[in-house]
Amino acid sequence: MANKISDEVIDYVSILAKLELSEEEKEQAKSDMGSMLDYIDKLNELDTDGVEPMSHVFPVTNVFRDDVVTNGDNSAETLANAPAEKEGSFQVPKTVD
Amino acid sequence: MSRQYETVIGLEVHVELATKTKIFCGCSTEFGGAPNTHTCPVCTGMPGALPVLNKQVVEYAMAVGLATNCSITQYCKFDRKNYFYPDNPQNYQISQLYLPICRNGGIEIETAAGRKTIGIHEIHMEEDAGKLIHDEWDDCSLVDFNRSGVPLIEIVSEPDMRSAEEVIAYLEKLRLIIQYLGASDCKLQEGSMRADVNLSVRQVGSETFGTRTEMKNLNSFKAIARAIEGERARQIELLEEGKEVIQETRRWDDNKEYSYPMRSKEDAQDYRYFPEPDLVPISISDEWIARVREAQPELHDEKRRRYCEEYKLPDYDAQILTSYKKLADLFEETVAICNRPKKVSNWLMVETMRLLKEHNMDPDELSFQPSNLAKLIMLVENQTINGTVAKEVFEQIFKEDVDPERYVEEKGLKVNSNADELYEIVRRVIEENPQSVEDYHNGKQKAIGFLVGQTMKATQGKANPGMVNQILKELL
Ligand SMILES: [Zn+2]
Repeated sequence: MANKISDEVIDYVSILAKLELSEEEKEQAKSDMGSMLDYIDKLNELDTDGVEPMSHVFPVTNVFRDDVVTNGDNSAETLANAPAEKEGSFQVPKTVD
Repeated sequence: MSRQYETVIGLEVHVELATKTKIFCGCSTEFGGAPNTHTCPVCTGMPGALPVLNKQVVEYAMAVGLATNCSITQYCKFDRKNYFYPDNPQNYQISQLYLPICRNGGIEIETAAGRKTIGIHEIHMEEDAGKLIHDEWDDCSLVDFNRSGVPLIEIVSEPDMRSAEEVIAYLEKLRLIIQYLGASDCKLQEGSMRADVNLSVRQVGSETFGTRTEMKNLNSFKAIARAIEGERARQIELLEEGKEVIQETRRWDDNKEYSYPMRSKEDAQDYRYFPEPDLVPISISDEWIARVREAQPELHDEKRRRYCEEYKLPDYDAQILTSYKKLADLFEETVAICNRPKKVSNWLMVETMRLLKEHNMDPDELSFQPSNLAKLIMLVENQTINGTVAKEVFEQIFKEDVDPERYVEEKGLKVNSNADELYEIVRRVIEENPQSVEDYHNGKQKAIGFLVGQTMKATQGKANPGMVNQILKELL
């Protein structure tokens, strides 16, 4: 593996992804990410001058809906997934910014 | 303090679009519903739910871009901005980073210092987040996803502004353009227009920018002006003390008039954008752009010029009348009925503005019919009522949208032009005020004004003032 992922990088990525990894999982993730970057390096060997970047895998554009209300009151269904509920809202730990 | 500093300001303005439905689902955008009643699997980020783009969002974004002289990105797409926050159920926001729909525009602003163009770097489409309410009782937060997925455009300016005055002129101009387009109601207080201020200071003459901070939570023009002054002073103080300005997001507290660093999101300002795989790109043809351009209504600057030419109004009137779309609409509709442009303008600029201020209302909240103002103007013109009564009647039109003809009839407010009756009343006023009569005979012209006033009072303001003057002079 040409790409080595440092402990700092794995710790930073875990924070961004809100994941707590065990030492074993960290080693596994480091090696997985390293081989992904190796693959990107491989792709970078290709000459892509003059090739338009691909923005989507399907050759389809302009899928739209009209601005018409189609949904009614879905609150019961929405809240059915709430771990905790209060006054029709999802109850979460105190969040301030 | 010997060094001279210059403030450099750029704005990120979020505007909620006036669509009926959200950007990626058929949920209503209506304001004020009970929590979570306008939600579905798409706007609450349920696994497997697929977004489908609301075409009207693209049209509004294009309309705003064209009206602000931007070029339209004819092949554009969405990207994912990843972050964790309880108001964001998907753990990402669908936005545009790489190919925003509008780029490289600008609008002209006018301040005491003259005219200036403020560049617009880009305008992109994105979705709004849900709303978090802090619950004091249980010391928790409550999440309502009704606003989640409401379409926004974010208008990013170039760092071209140098003062709070320029910032406010720019925001006013944007608000007018967008309101005239009908793309949003742009109310700062209600959050349908939000401005984040990026500010740095540098010594006058310096070519490079200083380190900037971003300020959030600004919900009125006054708060924006105060926040700019406060943050400018804070940064200059740091520099004068030989310290550094730290690049960070700060929250403005308008009560304490100070900004505080925000704790939550900034430890992870790495959004790891990537192309949104659930939405296909948008391809905008020349014809589509032409169609949106053609549908563009008359905008503020054009309207202001036309009012001067077509209605022969002074530019001052034209500027005030066009400063709110609602006011301009009322003006044109009323003039269409009574054809008295200057009179209509006076009623709107003087009495209407006075009452709005008195009731702490916005012109958008005006609810009277133009036909009632037109009728009032004609009642004054054909001398059915006098000016004093007219103001009183107008207050009723303003408050209750009364029909002035019926109201004047019912309340018996017609001008009293009955000569016999007026002679009788004037005679009595003269009798009761011998001092004023003497003053008048001693050459005090002002005394007659007092006597006219007393006569008007005796008739509850209904006397024909011309006749009262005439009779007084005759009898004295
Ligand atoms: Zn929805």
